[in-house]
Amino acid sequence: MLTFEQVVLEQGDFRLTADFSVTRGSRTAVMGPSGAGKSTLLAAIGGFFAPTQGRILWQGADLAALSPGKRPVAMIFQDNNLFPHLTAFENAALGLRPSGRLNTKETARVQDALAQVGLAGFATRKPATLSGGQQSRAALARMLVQDRPLVLLDEPFAALGPALRAEMIALVKSLLVSTRATLLMVTHDPADARALGGDLVVVADGVAHPPALAGALLDAPPAALREYLG
Amino acid sequence: MGRVAVTRTGIAGVAATLAVLALTFGTVAAVLIRAEGGFRLGPQDWAAIRFTLWQAALSALLSVALAVPVARALARRRFPGRAVLVTLMGAPFILPVIVAVLGLLAVFGRSGWVSQALGLIGFDPIGIYGLHGVILAHVFFNLPLATRLILQGWLAIPAERFRLAATLDATPRDISRLLERPMLRAVLPGTFMVIFLICTTSFAVALTLGGGPRATTVELAIYHAFRLDFDLSRAAVLALIQLAMSGAAALIALRIAVPVVTGAGLDRSVRRWDADRLALRVIDALWITLAATFLLTPLAAIAARGLPALADLPVQVWAAAWRSLWVAGLSVAVTLVLALAMTLAIVRHPRMGRWMEPVGYLAIAASPLVIGTGLFLILFPLTDPVALALPVTALVNAVMALPFALRALVPAAAEVESRFGRLADSLGMTGTARLTRLTLPRLRRPLGFSAALAGALSMGDLGVVTLFADPGQATLPLLLYRLMAAYRMDQAAGVALLLLGLSLAVFWIFDRGGRVNADV
Repeated sequence: MLTFEQVVLEQGDFRLTADFSVTRGSRTAVMGPSGAGKSTLLAAIGGFFAPTQGRILWQGADLAALSPGKRPVAMIFQDNNLFPHLTAFENAALGLRPSGRLNTKETARVQDALAQVGLAGFATRKPATLSGGQQSRAALARMLVQDRPLVLLDEPFAALGPALRAEMIALVKSLLVSTRATLLMVTHDPADARALGGDLVVVADGVAHPPALAGALLDAPPAALREYLG
Repeated sequence: MGRVAVTRTGIAGVAATLAVLALTFGTVAAVLIRAEGGFRLGPQDWAAIRFTLWQAALSALLSVALAVPVARALARRRFPGRAVLVTLMGAPFILPVIVAVLGLLAVFGRSGWVSQALGLIGFDPIGIYGLHGVILAHVFFNLPLATRLILQGWLAIPAERFRLAATLDATPRDISRLLERPMLRAVLPGTFMVIFLICTTSFAVALTLGGGPRATTVELAIYHAFRLDFDLSRAAVLALIQLAMSGAAALIALRIAVPVVTGAGLDRSVRRWDADRLALRVIDALWITLAATFLLTPLAAIAARGLPALADLPVQVWAAAWRSLWVAGLSVAVTLVLALAMTLAIVRHPRMGRWMEPVGYLAIAASPLVIGTGLFLILFPLTDPVALALPVTALVNAVMALPFALRALVPAAAEVESRFGRLADSLGMTGTARLTRLTLPRLRRPLGFSAALAGALSMGDLGVVTLFADPGQATLPLLLYRLMAAYRMDQAAGVALLLLGLSLAVFWIFDRGGRVNADV
């Protein structure tokens, strides 16, 4: 279980509070107006932004002392997820060993992950020669080999068209079935939140609201969400 | 866009480009024509060529090698005074060479601070003249430039990549392999070539710290051939060699995409989760302290020695300061006219621009002494060149500042065209209206910056003026050089302080003028 215990995130005029838990193995979409603090919330879990008050706990243990690399977290950002000078295979392999030196077993595991995301024939291609969707797949392959219990996606598919985005979300869902990881995904599209088929956290007016079923919430949106959806 | 405007812009651009070509290559031709008979390179000339290339290579290598750890430290640390230090790193560019040399002498010279300290513990004083003095001065000038260029490379790495590396638990070594080495491979060759190029055309440093058969650059040899021996054929051949060397270096530099100092965004630093270790912090602190000490001590030495001397400056100082100011003003005007004419033509007529732009940038390879010598020979039959020493100096300074002005203006003007060009076309804004209502107002900042650079460079220039000016016509840098040659060091420090203050003031006023009320 991921727990925000009276967390306050502050930077200049910006202030966001969070006080709720996310069940282990759940899929949660995070929505809200831009600048509300969706990415900051994820950055705090990832260890890039320290709360001024409160604690963030994973399975009851405080994450504060852990550096980003030691947290149980795999993260995919909006862009710059791949190193342009490395091949798809090398990029995915970073999830296992940042040094890039793999033994036979590890190599097989990376190959397997690439196959799972549908990039079996693209291992030696560099990001510039991959389509947007394929680049997302390569980042997902790295997430797979990282094998961390918490997966944070910060609008990773924002640059893709609606059909491709739906395809990617379906892929993410199927990948999570095997890893049983807990997912938080920032999105600005209610369709994404519905497609994810889990919970929804609304971030608005300085508060990250506790998660509720996405479908129900979107069908009868409370004030903060209604304003955003327009 | 009306046809009239097209042709007018084009004609002005072509005229400016031809003027630059005439000044850079035409002057060499003038020297060649006057050179009588054959001339064979003597051992001294070969020594000058070897020395020029060798010191330039060493200076560039040292500057770049030292700049990498300094830039890395600046990229990943935040500390009070960081912004000031990064700004100061931009200052040597407008620091008069002769002032810096005086400062370096005060610190590293025979009776300088370092030698005195060594004397206290029983060591001999160190000597600064010769190869190592020339390299010391070149590193002093170019270490900050290299640091800024490399720092820019570091900060251009998207912050997400560092975050990504952090979530992967990458060690500093992994980060170096994944992020930093690819960036350095892209940035270092260009940085090296720029500094190599700057050092091949170095004159004032060689004049003051070099000299003798073992530490003479080609530029200095031209000066000797012209001023001391009046051996025109030798000056002409050396001029050609100088042009070939720096021209080749400039062509290589243009090929490998030289990084541009934008100065934008250097005030931030990258948060690094891998570098939160004591050992790395100590190393970074050490590099930053070393660099800051090396750069600031010579300036502090000048201030310490020059402040008391300000009270009794020699009387010629004020006349010299006035001459320097108007030379700088003239140089600014010529730079702006040439740069603006070329920029507008380059942006509006891309096909012309393809050959105009390189001509403008290649002026960086031109030797001020060669241009000066050529102009002297052209003017000699017509009038007394000595009487025109100062206008000629201003003209040569303007050509030297042109590449930097173009670098600032061309991208800005291209952006104005792409953002507002269609709107202006649809409104029928052409010709003068377009220039005064759209282009000039939008270009205020780069114009101010170009004027500031041209003014400061001209204020501090000790180059072509040494060729002709008689004692009654000295500019401030030349007066300073003469005081140094006469070992009147206290007075020299006072003049140096005045020159430094005036150069910075000229820079500040023009740069400020471009920024005030400039609606971004």
